[in-house]
Amino acid sequence: MTTTSPEIRSSGAPGGVRPTRRDRGEGVRGGLLTALTWVIAIAFFFPVAWMAMTAFKQEAEAASNPPTWFFTPTLDQFRAVIEGGAGVYFANSLIATGVSTLLVIALAVPASYALAIRPVKKTQDVLFFFMSTKMLPVVAVIVPIYVIAGRLHVLDTIWTLVVLYTAMNLPIAVWMMRSFFQEIPGEVLEAASMDGAGLMRTLRAVLIPMVAPGLAATALICVIFAWNEFFFALNLTAARAATVPIFITSTMTSEGLFLARLSAASLLASLPVLIAGWVAQKQLVRGLSMGAIK
Amino acid sequence: MSTLVEKHHRREAERRADVKTPAQIERAEAWRRRAPLLPALIFTIIVTQVPFLVTIWYSLRSENLLRPDGDRFVGLSNYADLFADSTFRGAAVNSVIFTLGCVAVAMLLGIGLALLLDRKFVGQGLARTLLITPFLIMPVAGAMIWSVSMLNPTYGMVNWLIGLVGINPVDWTSTYPVLSILFALVWQWTPFMMLLVLAGLQAQPKDVLEAAQMDGAGWGKTFVSITLPQLRRYIELGVLLGAIYVVNTFDQIYLMTAGGPGTASANLPFYIYQRAFLGFDIGQAAAMGVVVVIATIIVATFALRLIFRSFEQKD
Repeated sequence: MTTTSPEIRSSGAPGGVRPTRRDRGEGVRGGLLTALTWVIAIAFFFPVAWMAMTAFKQEAEAASNPPTWFFTPTLDQFRAVIEGGAGVYFANSLIATGVSTLLVIALAVPASYALAIRPVKKTQDVLFFFMSTKMLPVVAVIVPIYVIAGRLHVLDTIWTLVVLYTAMNLPIAVWMMRSFFQEIPGEVLEAASMDGAGLMRTLRAVLIPMVAPGLAATALICVIFAWNEFFFALNLTAARAATVPIFITSTMTSEGLFLARLSAASLLASLPVLIAGWVAQKQLVRGLSMGAIK
Repeated sequence: MSTLVEKHHRREAERRADVKTPAQIERAEAWRRRAPLLPALIFTIIVTQVPFLVTIWYSLRSENLLRPDGDRFVGLSNYADLFADSTFRGAAVNSVIFTLGCVAVAMLLGIGLALLLDRKFVGQGLARTLLITPFLIMPVAGAMIWSVSMLNPTYGMVNWLIGLVGINPVDWTSTYPVLSILFALVWQWTPFMMLLVLAGLQAQPKDVLEAAQMDGAGWGKTFVSITLPQLRRYIELGVLLGAIYVVNTFDQIYLMTAGGPGTASANLPFYIYQRAFLGFDIGQAAAMGVVVVIATIIVATFALRLIFRSFEQKD
């Protein structure tokens, strides 16, 4: 960490003027604020950094007291995790996340288009309904879902999770996509309908390209929540269809606690979403604020 | 693209083919408009409402997988038992503590951090990246980090840190289970709030701020009278979305304390899970689920009205 002199946003003062006493005061204050920001940022990041460090340790170093700061990094834990059969769990998570996100988009785009551009009567009621399903606590429906899935013989299949993750993310996606569609100027649609383009063509050729960033933001949010989902996976899957979060808990409980291996598994599990989120920060912010901007 | 002549011909053809009454046309038009909405709506109704109706059905029955003879209609007695159940009340209180505590603290921290990040300084992008990380970490992994690496009584970092200033080690998750979980939740949700508020800050017109400063308004006055009102809808959205997710908290409780010691840190989702999947008491669990849903809908109605009002106000 370095405390470099920060560039303070000029506070309305015309450029090129010699710094006044007040500006210098803000310089010191700005420096302190920057230092504070860094201290907090590092504090928030520290648990993750420590997990990442632990993943490269031997078990003895991982569970030492006082903590080991300097050590020879090893890939043993990652090797153990992968040889321990992580692949199946990752494949399951990948399918559940990928397919459910595609389904959410396929369902949410036409729905949000209808809600945003050609409002049906009681648009607000429909939106309210979608959002209210999000407020339905999942525990309130887990028992019937378990029983129904059992009767349909789809317990411990990845497709059950796909359906549930789709339902879980659909309301948020509809809300987000609606706000992105609302930002499209009406003239664009008029032009498309004057040209006699049908719904599907208008969507494909005109609207989708215009909401592409919003679509990416929506997909990212869906991916994050589906990849990280634990409750449904815990209760509805077993050996065959278990996902990555289940894998982590299984390394946590079997034959005692292996902290370094657990950290390696957690790091691998978090990495896809972590990287996607880091790279697409702008989309993430855009997606989360879903239309609050307009 | 069609030429004007083609378009004219098409319109003529449409007019000739059209022998429907205006009411029929209107109805057809309404359905055409509604059609794109239907797949999502039908899917959502089937996947969410059908299980909920079944939950209501179960809640009126005595179903215990351990007592096969007990499968019978019992009316509202499951509900009556519920209100006599002190663990249920405790879990309800914990749910409120976790939700209100986490959302309030995370939002206040989020506003503070967003303000800190909304200045130009060296490494701004990196600092933001570090700060959003807890939101991206898999909650199961986050719960593991907190319960083992950070709060473990023997080799946890927190005890090592407080040991440096001479405080004795604490077995955090057994001594202060609710506080430990709240800590992990706040850590996870602060970045979410921060990102939302940051979006709000960046959407503010800069000229208004500069004008305020030119007029000699101090930072505090500018913040209270200009920035905060502009942030209102972002803050409301953050509170609403945060509350929706936090009220359903399960991962952290399952992994950090398993609701314990005893049932000290169980919230409603965890307690219902316990009754259903560990106690096999389907009727009781279902009744709890119904009560939670009704309570949630009452609270949510107020919250959504609030949000809608701020969404529909175009200022």
